[in-house]
Amino acid sequence: MTTQPSYLDYTGNGTGLKAWLTSTDHKRVGLLYLYSMISFFLVAVGIGVVMRLVQLYPFQHLVKAQTYNALFTLHGVIMIFLFVVPGLPAIFGNFFLPILIGAKDVAFPRLNLASWYFFMAGAILAILSLFTGGGAPDTGWTFYAPFSLKTGTNISLAVFGAFVLGFSSMLTGINFIVTIHRLRAPGMTFFRMPLMAWALYSTSWIQLLATPILAITLVLVILERFFGIGIFDPAKGGDPLLYQHLFWIYSHPAVYIMILPGMGAISEILPTFCKRPIFGYKAIAFSSMSIAGVGSLVWAHHMFTSGMSEFANMVFSLLTMIVAVPSAIKVFNWVSTLYKGSIDFQPPLLFALTFIFLFCIGGLTGVMQGALAINVHIHDTYFIVGHFHYVMFGGTGFALFAALLYWFPKMFGKMYSKRAIYASWLPLFVGFNMLYFGMLILGMMGMPRRYYVHLPQFHWMHVFATVGSWLLVLGLLMYFGTLLYAIFRGKKADANPWGGVSLEWTIPSPPPLENFETIPTITTGPYHFAEEEK
Amino acid sequence: MDNTTHAPSHSAHPGYGTFIKVWVALLVCTFALVGLAHLGQGPAVWGLLTLTPLKAGLVFYFFMHLKYEPPLLKVVVLVTLGTLLIFFALLFADVAFR
Amino acid sequence: MTHVHRDDFGSRLGMWLFLVTEMVLFGGLFIAYSAMRHRYPMEFHHAGAELNAVLGITNTVVLLTSSLTVVLSIVAIQRNERSRAIGFLSTTLGLGFVFLIIKGFEWAAKFHHGLYPNSAHLATLPPGEQVFFGLYFSMTGLHGVHVIAGMGVLAWVLGMVVKGTVNADKYVHLENAGLYWHLVDVIWIFLLPLFYLAA
Repeated sequence: MTTQPSYLDYTGNGTGLKAWLTSTDHKRVGLLYLYSMISFFLVAVGIGVVMRLVQLYPFQHLVKAQTYNALFTLHGVIMIFLFVVPGLPAIFGNFFLPILIGAKDVAFPRLNLASWYFFMAGAILAILSLFTGGGAPDTGWTFYAPFSLKTGTNISLAVFGAFVLGFSSMLTGINFIVTIHRLRAPGMTFFRMPLMAWALYSTSWIQLLATPILAITLVLVILERFFGIGIFDPAKGGDPLLYQHLFWIYSHPAVYIMILPGMGAISEILPTFCKRPIFGYKAIAFSSMSIAGVGSLVWAHHMFTSGMSEFANMVFSLLTMIVAVPSAIKVFNWVSTLYKGSIDFQPPLLFALTFIFLFCIGGLTGVMQGALAINVHIHDTYFIVGHFHYVMFGGTGFALFAALLYWFPKMFGKMYSKRAIYASWLPLFVGFNMLYFGMLILGMMGMPRRYYVHLPQFHWMHVFATVGSWLLVLGLLMYFGTLLYAIFRGKKADANPWGGVSLEWTIPSPPPLENFETIPTITTGPYHFAEEEK
Repeated sequence: MDNTTHAPSHSAHPGYGTFIKVWVALLVCTFALVGLAHLGQGPAVWGLLTLTPLKAGLVFYFFMHLKYEPPLLKVVVLVTLGTLLIFFALLFADVAFR
Repeated sequence: MTHVHRDDFGSRLGMWLFLVTEMVLFGGLFIAYSAMRHRYPMEFHHAGAELNAVLGITNTVVLLTSSLTVVLSIVAIQRNERSRAIGFLSTTLGLGFVFLIIKGFEWAAKFHHGLYPNSAHLATLPPGEQVFFGLYFSMTGLHGVHVIAGMGVLAWVLGMVVKGTVNADKYVHLENAGLYWHLVDVIWIFLLPLFYLAA
């Protein structure tokens, strides 16, 4: 069928590890990200489990209080900066963006590989910060001033690691925007692009416009720690609230960097398994852009109780409510896509629907917090932690699981055991809801986040949540175990196992080195199913 | 897409003279700014708010060739400046009313 | 197998997007500056008087001129006047050095007067003035780092002009290096009135 070798078999670049570490092929870079991120993810899951065990046996001193502080900082830093922020764009964006728009590679392949090296350098710096200087950072992943300026732990190196990771993120964003503008196949207009490409496009813009604010904030923290410039230090006339503003100007849009590509992947999966075009293509495309836009204007809803002006509280509360609108538009469109579709219930669809369910809970609890009065009550409680995990793990995490199931046969040319995946879903889903709905309830009861110990009245719910965390881990092990087994022993997968119609299903599995023998000419929209033409 | 955009895509390059004129304008603006600053705080702030963006605009438009580029690049710059302006305005929703 | 792919506009677009990140990076500092100036108007006024406006204005002229010579070198390359292009670029690099030397003298004078972060003298000043100098050193310092980086890039491109790999047919590297240098210039255009003319 094709004269080109698959990208996995290509040996022109040497063999073994060298072939991977020096390859500028966007597909190999995507897999490098996949392997490194899943490793970081599992480490951070392990840390999370230890934290749950501490809460299961309060006052038993499983770990020291200082260690507990380091654990939740680490869990946050690894999950946010090494897994969820770069997750979908770096893995599936790299692997599939060029294929989805009919290109041979991204616009700057060498820069793309360099981004991965920046990513790994940042990760290594963050890991080094645990064992050097004053020990593991204990500020929480937010590095709030003035504590981060004064604590004796090794904040400077950890923060520098995050700075380097930000660089990797920005370079990936630049690459994707140029790729989408310059390398679309003939006939692939913007409104014929698959929605994953739209999602990546809006994500890339947030990466460009928000990440530098984080970079400069972190630089100021480092300068403060080394030279005492005083911008965030109240003793010198500085303003700690300014730190919070600058930090959240990045870190709130970062939440949309995390979720938008997930939404894009879901928008790819649903039409394929409903065998009909997505409902409201343009509405979804524009809602991606408006989430990116409005999502950049809501940052101070993290600061309602910080002593910010009342006027700002009202403005940001309003804007927070508004950002729920485009997210809801997406959910309605997804559900409408299912209506009257001929549904083929395969594992990716199961996980996609789970995403919609969990994301709705995460999103609606988010709207609750946008209301000022409720926010005062639940600020800095487990409610926030629960909400955040519903959006980031239930949302982005499950979207990533769904996307991996959807594209796995294409990426590796192997098919996994669908039964084993169905089996893994049950503990994942039950464990997830026990753990994080438990947290929502704990927060409503008044359990503050990041506390080493808790009052006796919270204990039964902590036990419930901890048991949930075991189920969740069991599900994760089954899920990743199944996929790992499939990479080595899986049956060979067809070029188009799901009956999809976007460009990636027109080429062999795994894709040949340069994706397309001849660059295709596009004449229709992305979800053009035969049944619809009747 | 491969072979469509080879070689210099902008036509009719401007000559040395254009840029030297812009440079003179930039110097004039700089000294006007300094002059205004000597008149007191009010004029200084007005100079800051008008002449500085004007100078930056001249550099962007001529030196950085935005004048000769397709609309996409102009949009990129405007989106960036707009975003910064909104960040600024929303921050002042707090700072100015605290 | 290796298809020759060249997209000059794509390269410039990439460079502009990189400049977007630089603009936002400094934008964050400008936002911090304005919040602080709003809080301490009088202190900024007083502290600004400590800065040497003449040196600031001189450096502005130096940088504006260096920007001009970069853009002239592009005109020269387009007209295939290689030695002129080399001359213009070398002038830019020279002016970059002049800028850094003046900056060095300026900073040295501040240190001499005990006006640097964490100094005993600065701690006796009102909080607003301490913040002013914190911002002054952060912003001009970060700008200085960008000047050095820009000079590195320009020197690299100068090498390519000398070798002839940057020529009348293919000069996007020179354009991109120039774009970076102009942005460094634009940032200085804002730093001048914010610090040196704040008094």
